[in-house]
Amino acid sequence: MKRSKTVEFGVGLFMLAGIIGLVFLGLRVSGMSLAAPSETFRLEANFSNIGGLRPRARVTMAGVTVGRVESIDLDTEWYDAKVTLRLDNDLEGQLSRDTTAAILTAGLLGEQYIGLSIGGDPEVLEDGDTLRDTQSALVLEELIQQFVSNMATN
Amino acid sequence: MTDVPFIEIQDVHFSRGSHEIFRGIDMLIPQGKVTAIMGPSGTGKTTLLKLIGGQLTPDRGRILVDGQDVHRLSRKALFALRKRMGMLFQSGALFSDLDVFENVAFPLRVHTDLPDAMIRDLVLLKLQAVGLRGARHLNPAELSGGMARRVALARAIALDPELILYDEPFVGQDPISMGVLVQLIKRLNEALKLTSVVVSHDIKETLSIADYLYLLADGQVVAKGTPETLNANQDPRVSQFVHGEPDGPVPFHYPAETLYSDILGATTTRAR
Amino acid sequence: MQSRFDQGAVGRIVRLGRKGCDVMEALGRAGLFLGQSAIGVPSREGWYLWLRQMHFVGVLSLAIVIVSGLFIGMVLALQGYTILVDFGAEQALGQMVALSLLRELAPVVAALLFAGRAGSALTAEIGLMKATEQLTSMEMIGVDPLRRVIAPRLWAGFIALPILTVGFSVVGIWGGYLVGVQWLGVFEGSYWSNMQASVSFMNDVGNGMIKSLVFAIVVTWIAVFQGYDLVPTSEGISRATTRTVVYSSLAVLGLDFVLTAVMFGGL
Repeated sequence: MKRSKTVEFGVGLFMLAGIIGLVFLGLRVSGMSLAAPSETFRLEANFSNIGGLRPRARVTMAGVTVGRVESIDLDTEWYDAKVTLRLDNDLEGQLSRDTTAAILTAGLLGEQYIGLSIGGDPEVLEDGDTLRDTQSALVLEELIQQFVSNMATN
Repeated sequence: MTDVPFIEIQDVHFSRGSHEIFRGIDMLIPQGKVTAIMGPSGTGKTTLLKLIGGQLTPDRGRILVDGQDVHRLSRKALFALRKRMGMLFQSGALFSDLDVFENVAFPLRVHTDLPDAMIRDLVLLKLQAVGLRGARHLNPAELSGGMARRVALARAIALDPELILYDEPFVGQDPISMGVLVQLIKRLNEALKLTSVVVSHDIKETLSIADYLYLLADGQVVAKGTPETLNANQDPRVSQFVHGEPDGPVPFHYPAETLYSDILGATTTRAR
Repeated sequence: MQSRFDQGAVGRIVRLGRKGCDVMEALGRAGLFLGQSAIGVPSREGWYLWLRQMHFVGVLSLAIVIVSGLFIGMVLALQGYTILVDFGAEQALGQMVALSLLRELAPVVAALLFAGRAGSALTAEIGLMKATEQLTSMEMIGVDPLRRVIAPRLWAGFIALPILTVGFSVVGIWGGYLVGVQWLGVFEGSYWSNMQASVSFMNDVGNGMIKSLVFAIVVTWIAVFQGYDLVPTSEGISRATTRTVVYSSLAVLGLDFVLTAVMFGGL
């Protein structure tokens, strides 16, 4: 069988393009990171209501992304949501013990993410510690209900 | 017949759907000779070749090629047997994605482990035998019908088979390529000691090369013998075919009511 | 075969039953055909045959798939923007474009284009080989056409379509970026970060690829079988080519519903 270099080259290029495309979908589109897991540390936070928060949502501090939500489970002891966060290693031993976590919404209907704001306690959070001070997601229906009942009592 | 039979066809029945093609045919095809199978169109001559090649299975009866029952062989043994047969198809059946050289080289490449240089020599020899060594770089689409058939012939003899089946080799050829093909079949048969089976309805050409003939009609062998005995045969079915008479046992008219009643019937319908 | 039951109401039932048997028989033939061809162990020669088919069904289909992907991504961004902007949620554009492409549009549209571009060509090519007795003569030479002709085409189709689907998604997302970010002025950071926050590699990209693989198998199978099984005349070839496009389009859309229900419908 006669071999044609252009055919072989073309198919090789085609397969390579497929692999590069898949890598693009992985890194750029689904935001997977090639960084090794050892470069992060873990914190936990309990929320009474997480609204529409989902795993892999951003964790920000002053608007800068510093980590991601790793998992969300139901805490059967308190019946609230236990959210595990993975944060950049730079912050380990830097966050004060009274740092607060709030579930915020980007825009009116945008994605939900966690915002951290630092406190003033000299003691700091280490890997595996729990954030005590949390603020749950704003659920639109509850807000409206409060607003309506306030109107009624006034 | 005193010759050793290479192919024995014993009481073969074959039907396609409800249409009976063969109703018990017996044939002996002698080794090293050219045997022609003739008959009007639609008598299943090509089907017979496919039965011999093992692509179709008869409903009853058996076909022995060199003593082996073709339809009892395992797939592997059948493919091994087919290596010893060459078949020339009506259209040539050249592989359209390969050029002339590669078409002839194809059987050698798939069935042998010969080095490239030797394959090249063999292919050029086969092409020389059919007079197309100069056309080796052409594509099948660039060949005329006669040339395509000659290339196909070169491919069929590539593995030096013992048997070649020719399916209508003369159909649709101009007189020159017809003459070339007749010559080739005759010469190859003598030079390579082949057993040849030619299926055809071109009387003149076939009679000129065949050593022995079978005439098929209505799913049966109606006549057999050497060209001379067939020419002298008095059976109306045979003489109609051999001498090309338009009317006879094979009628000119497709079966219908009589013309008289058909026309009259039509008139009365219109009148009503 | 005719029988005395062929008239009237009974005849209708008899004919229906016969039709059912025919359909079953065709399905069985197609199944055996797939099994016999796909398990062929590739040789060195087979590898090169596969490569040539990859070139034919994959590389040569790339242009149409890329161009369609670009336009579909651009249209998605344009349509999505006008809807999302009413809710002040235009920063969710990236998420919308990426999810619709990855989960639905890329696998389905790429498969439909593939059926029209490569599938019909496969049917016609194999049909022509059958009509000119090339397949029979190959058998007489002692080579199994299922392994020599069919298997490389099947495997090329199985592998080419998922790659084309990846290409479609990537180009579509980029087309959405062009229209959304460059033209309509959605903030670039939120286009990508919203997308990254909502697209999961396993669930969205992975399921899209599974869909695409299923479509690849079905479309290539239909195309190749229609070519192999057709009536070897010019009319038979043209009918089989049409059937390939119609059957594969229907199969792709129907299977898409089933797969979506299983993957995303919580079944």
